[in-house]
Order: sequence, then structure tokens, then C-alpha cells
Amino acid sequence: MNVSEILHRNQLSQCRLCRISLDDLSVSKEGDTLLSHVSLHVHCGRLTALVGPNGAGKTTLIRALLGQLGYSGRVEHQDAQGHRIGTIRTGYVPQHFPFDRQMPVTVEDLMASLVSRRPVWLGVSEKTRKHIREQLTLAHGEGLLKRRLGALSGGEMQRVLLALALDPLPDLLILDEPVSGVDQNGQGMFLELVEELVHHYHLAVLLVTHDWALVRKYADDVILLDKTVRMEGTPEEVFESAAFAELFPAANAGVA
Amino acid sequence: MELIYRLMDAVLPFEFLRYSFMKNALIAMLLLTPLLSLLGTMAVNQRMAFFSDALGHSALAGVGIGMLLGVENITLSLVVFGVLFALLVSTVNRSGAATKDTTISVFSSMGIALGLLLLSRGGKFSSYSSLLTGDILSIGQSDLLWLLVGLIAGVAIWVVLYNLLLVSAVSPELAESRGIRTRWLEYAFAVVVAVAVMLSIRWVGVLLINALLILPAAAARNISRSAAQHALWSVLFGLVSGIAGLVISYAMNTGVGAAVVLCAGLIYFITLLIRRFTAN
Repeated sequence: MNVSEILHRNQLSQCRLCRISLDDLSVSKEGDTLLSHVSLHVHCGRLTALVGPNGAGKTTLIRALLGQLGYSGRVEHQDAQGHRIGTIRTGYVPQHFPFDRQMPVTVEDLMASLVSRRPVWLGVSEKTRKHIREQLTLAHGEGLLKRRLGALSGGEMQRVLLALALDPLPDLLILDEPVSGVDQNGQGMFLELVEELVHHYHLAVLLVTHDWALVRKYADDVILLDKTVRMEGTPEEVFESAAFAELFPAANAGVA
Repeated sequence: MELIYRLMDAVLPFEFLRYSFMKNALIAMLLLTPLLSLLGTMAVNQRMAFFSDALGHSALAGVGIGMLLGVENITLSLVVFGVLFALLVSTVNRSGAATKDTTISVFSSMGIALGLLLLSRGGKFSSYSSLLTGDILSIGQSDLLWLLVGLIAGVAIWVVLYNLLLVSAVSPELAESRGIRTRWLEYAFAVVVAVAVMLSIRWVGVLLINALLILPAAAARNISRSAAQHALWSVLFGLVSGIAGLVISYAMNTGVGAAVVLCAGLIYFITLLIRRFTAN
């Protein structure tokens, strides 16, 4: 079974024109304001890049969206009219995925552990294996099933993490830029894959990155964050804004 | 039981199995090594080798306190104390008061000291010295029954918890994000290990129990690629060391536990060499 067949079978009826809406979200910790009055939309079927200097609160925002820390304000899954439609299911591809690389655990072991009750040392059932194979295929990681987790390259690991993030299918997919192990070319291929998934599943994707060329090429919307939303719009609009020039004086993303 | 003995005579007509204490010891090995080896795979993955070592040492205190309270059944005092000890160490570790190895060292030495203090009252420690080295040849039929119950219960819990433990061993963050309560899982695993260790410790010995938990799993890890291989090799190595150790100790007239652990150690080094010479 290839990607398009799986996509076709799983395809949602139509874009529900939904969005993830953040309204007046603030986070503070021990008196420090980490995020202040952040209001923004991440639209479904679009890839939204989250950019900002170090310490701008990007990680804090992600953790708030993942429900890992408390915040004030509202985060809602809304339809086009702004009505709330249920809870938000998030999928997350982390920046770091530290683990013991010597551990005798295969990709299949890990994925089966998450979806099946049958202990993986007793083997994986055909049904579970089929499901895992499909998830991996979606992330273009077909050949990785039997590979040992510790033997994967950075790019391969990213695909496995994407496959995990897509199961169950999230409303909001958050991609944190990998720090190491994936080159720009690999990252580009990865985002092409994400783009494909975004269009088929109408996922809302939030991508955290510092790579302006990738933002320009793949992002539909850009949010410039520095404690609060400083600018939002298309990549061109944001890169040419005064706020961007102020926060990234050395960057020449506009020329790239 | 008679039936099992006669069956063993028929299937295993070896000289050393003529004695019923050797038969019992063999049955005990067949019950306790698979359980310990299986649990060992996760203890190694979770980096709990030091924890289980401390658990073994604390058995002395368990027996001592049991004596003080007038509990006749040593197995009972061991299991109850072991579970309490495991929960206590896990809780203190959780609080992050000191690094894990420091906390565990403190508890380990306290366990030994308390045990020695209580058991040496009136200069009678020598009557407990078999606790240190274990005495599998003295195992009785009711003890075998305890081991059987332990094995069944241990494997049953293992079946239920394994996948959750595996995810949290790979990445606690991933586990938490999937709604796995890693904290309770850690406690549950500590308790299972505690019960298994305490059921086995009188037969294997305080000084050697940890080797039987950790060595087969560590050896298996050297040559395994998947969780299933890890479990399979670990149990196999545990069984082979247990049986080989028993035979060797009979032939050479030495302590059983020591021979078993040396066999497991030998297997460990062999797998280390195999790993060296094969691209993994």
C-alpha cells in the first residue's frame, strides 16, 4: 500500500475550515512574563511557521499548546464562524528525542507498545503490524519497521517521530526544528512530506524554525513571536517588516 | 510432587538428580531464573541495576525486622519489607533531594547496617550467614510453591505493564504525552522487582541476587536488536546459567549461587565479544 492509497482511504470528507485559536494567552513563571497576551490563529490545511529570537517564548508556547504548563487565556479548536468544536488533539515532533541508543528496541517495538496491549516481547500481531506499516508509510518511513531505534539517522528518527505524531491523527501538528542530525536538504524533503499531509488531512501545522529559506518555501503563514505576537502574515510580509528587521538585524531573509 | 519427581527421574536420568534436594533445587532454578531474567531486561533498560542491588542488600534488614516483630514466616517479612523499601527509595528518588546513585547508596548501606545490627544481637549472626550466599539446596516444597505463585503473578503483571514500561524506558516525555502515568508505573515496577527479588533471595543469596537479575539481561542486550530477542535471550541465559551452575557446583562441591553467577558472567563476556566482532 502506498501513501496516496492510504491517504485516499483515510481522507476526511472536506476541509472544515477550522482553526486553532489562541486568545489572549499569557504565561508567567516566578514573576517573569514568558508570554504576554498572545492571540493568533493556526489554520487547518496550512503550514504556519513560528519564528522568533532565542528566549522569545516559542518553547513556552508549544508547551502551553501541549498542555504541559498552565496559562491564562483561551486555546480553542474553532470552526470558520469561531464556534468551539471540541478539544484539540495535538501531535508533536520534538526537537530533541534523547534516549538510550544501545537499547534493544526496534521501531516496531516502540510503535506497537503505544497502540497495542499485547506485550511486544510476545511478538506483534498482524493487525498491529499492518497499522504501524501504514503509519510509517505516511511518514515515508516504510523501510524502518524492523530497524533498531538506536541505529536510525537523524532524518530517519524524525520520520518515526512524525509517524508517532500522526497516530492518532491530530488536529494540530507541532514540528519543532531538529537541532542536529538533519541537514537542510533532508529538512526540505521532510517539509514536502508534511505539506502533502497538510493538504490531504487539513491538519493545522505549527512549525518552529530558524531556517528562513525553508519558511519562504514551505510556510503559508508566519508568526513572529517575541513574548507576544510582533507580526503575522505571509513570509514576505513578515520578512520585510520592521519588527523582523529589529529582532533579526543580521538576517537577510528578504534577499534569500 | 511425587509425580514430578518420577517424571524427572524418567526424563533426566542424571546421577546428580538422584537426590530429591537436587531435584528441588533444579525446579527452583527453573522457576526463579526466568522471572528474574525477564524482569531484568527492563531493570537494565530503566538503569535500575543499582536499585535492585540495594534492594537485595536490604533483605538483611527485612529478616531482622521480621524477627523483632516476631514474624515466623521469613518469606513474608522479606516480601513486605522489600515492597516498603522499594516504595521508599522510589519516593525519595522522585523528590530529587540528591542524585539517584547517592540516594540508593544511602539506602543500601542503611539496609545492610540495620540488618547486621538486628541479626548480630547476641553474636548469633552466623546462623543467618546462609542469607548472604543463599542455600538453594535446602529449598522445600512449600517454598517451591511460593516461587511458582511468584512466577505466575510476576509474568502476569509483566504482560500488563510491559508496553507501558518500554515506552517510558525509551522516552518518559513521550510516555507522559500519551497519558502514561510514568510515576505510578515506576512504583509498580519497583514493587514487582522487589517481590521477585525477595522470593528468590533466600535461595540465591543477598550477595548474588542482583547478578542473577542483571547479568542475563545485560548479556542478552549485547546481542539483541528487538524487545522480543532481548526477552528470549535473557530468559535463555538465565536458565542456562542456573542449570549449568547447579551441575558445576555439584560436580565441584562448591556453593550453588556462586557457580550460577560465574556462568552468567561468562555468558556476559562471550556476548560482549560477539558484539565486538559483529556490526550491530
